[in-house]
Amino acid sequence: MNAPETLLAVDGVSLSFGGVKAITDVSFDIRKGEIRAIIGPNGAGKTSMLNVVNGFYHPQHGRITYKGKTRPRMRPYQAASQGIARTFQNVALFRGMSTLDNIMVGRTLKMHRGLLWQMLRYGPAMREEIEHRRVVEDIIDFLQIEAIRKTPVGKLPYGLQKRVELGRALAMEPELLLLDEPMAGMNIEEKEDMCRYILDLNKHFGTTIALIEHDMGVVMDLSDRVVVLEYGHKIADGTPEVVKADPKVIEAYLGVGH
Amino acid sequence: MFYRETGQFKQSYAADQAVFPILQDRFGLAFILLIAFVAVPLFGNEFLLASVMVPFLILSLGAIGLNILVGYTGLLSLGSAAFMGVGAYSAYKLSTIFPGVNILVWILCSGFFAAGIGVLFGLPSLRIKGFYLAVATLAAQFFLQWCFVRISWLYNDNPSGAIEVPARKLFGLAITGPSATPVTRYLVVLVIVVVMTLLASNIVHGRIGRTWMAVRDMDIAAQLMGIRLLPAKLLAFAVSSFYCGVSGALMVFLWLGAAEPSAFDIKLSFLLLFMVIIGGLGSMIGSFFGAALIHILPIVIRMLPEALGLPIAAATVEHLTYLIVGALIIFFLIVEPHGLARLWQIAKQKLRVWPFPY
Repeated sequence: MNAPETLLAVDGVSLSFGGVKAITDVSFDIRKGEIRAIIGPNGAGKTSMLNVVNGFYHPQHGRITYKGKTRPRMRPYQAASQGIARTFQNVALFRGMSTLDNIMVGRTLKMHRGLLWQMLRYGPAMREEIEHRRVVEDIIDFLQIEAIRKTPVGKLPYGLQKRVELGRALAMEPELLLLDEPMAGMNIEEKEDMCRYILDLNKHFGTTIALIEHDMGVVMDLSDRVVVLEYGHKIADGTPEVVKADPKVIEAYLGVGH
Repeated sequence: MFYRETGQFKQSYAADQAVFPILQDRFGLAFILLIAFVAVPLFGNEFLLASVMVPFLILSLGAIGLNILVGYTGLLSLGSAAFMGVGAYSAYKLSTIFPGVNILVWILCSGFFAAGIGVLFGLPSLRIKGFYLAVATLAAQFFLQWCFVRISWLYNDNPSGAIEVPARKLFGLAITGPSATPVTRYLVVLVIVVVMTLLASNIVHGRIGRTWMAVRDMDIAAQLMGIRLLPAKLLAFAVSSFYCGVSGALMVFLWLGAAEPSAFDIKLSFLLLFMVIIGGLGSMIGSFFGAALIHILPIVIRMLPEALGLPIAAATVEHLTYLIVGALIIFFLIVEPHGLARLWQIAKQKLRVWPFPY
């Protein structure tokens, strides 16, 4: 077996807000097709790391190489057009819109008909709309949210909102999917469902997934490799077994003197 | 009982993605259009056509324009009257410079001028939001109104400072100027408003509309979907100002007949904003409801005492009208903060399940 291709490499990234250092000299890589977990205690800089990857924050130091290209500064919409999708820790859906419309927004980049066709909503514009509706319906099928297709997402329970948000990210057909605590606040059944979706995605569509999660059982079961952050520093990196046994990790989670 | 969608199975995504997916809605729309196009011109008197329906339609068009900006894209604007003014003045200039070209062409073209100015004043919207953006658009309101007063070229150095509508014909039928009959003017306005409403409704139901609503609801997530905020917001400003501009041109050419700069002052901007908020943010039909409440309701209330034979002095009626309309606005906002359009939706939902409560 030849060495798996690196999809994203983070090299010596440091990020600070004024005097607050969120991330200090962190390097890790994400290989194509793997599930990579980023864990760490609260305030370790995990979400900041995702924000750096998809262009919300621009690190002061370090380089990020995505698909073999080192980028200077990337805006969020550029990250989106290069196949990086993302879900948020606290659901960031378009609350006034239906489930269907939310997921349809995920297809925005793939739709090209301009204002004039949109005004007529006829011919090419309508064909395009239907073609993408078909893709969206497949996603709705996959996530088993057929019944809430037309419901405004603001009215949905939290677990379903998380699922719709995943659907919206999937509609972008991402190569790299960043999941920020996809299972936060869910009950055990919802967690199991979500795990299954994540595994299915990874196995069947080959989507590379970077995930932040606090549920260690989930992390250890799902991920191929784990990177551990604490106070913005990387303290461990490797397979779940290696990380679990690392004394620094145990110290970070349980404190000294265990 | 009459409003049931049971049994209306959609066989294709095209049918489900339609703007009016429910059969009864399509019938309802056809019925309303039939009344508007046939019954009103046939049976309406001059007062109904010239003082009720024409202003109502024109204000509705302006409200739709503002709704695209405020309701769909979430950008608060207080400059809509100024953009209407840009439409009116550019239509006036164009029609006097090129008198040979049909006036309707210029009325529609004036929207492009308004759109251009709208985009210019929309540029700050990338950095500022909410009330602060409202204040920035207020600058447009004051600056443009100052232009309408000070730049005499805009009103062809007319000593009165007003723009007066030249008489123009379409197929030998006077449509502007004193000789145009209310019926003609009404039908011209109706055609333009209906067509433009349908186009706007198509836009907001498609990709561009979803882009706007995404920006409104969660701009961070919208960026992650690959939406670039500045182009999306500027497009909203352009389309919105286009609608306001055409509405302003119609207002002068087919309703008022002449206008001074004060016709486009901040009061009109507020009036449009009231219509949009009371009618329903992010709703096409809400724009019509809002315009009806603000424009038609006072007329009805003013006529009521006479119709009922109550001996109330005209001045008192005028005061009472203000009181009642004001009270009603507050009442509707308390009952349903999401506007009349939401009330309409609730009513439809009740009809759907009637006679059961749910």
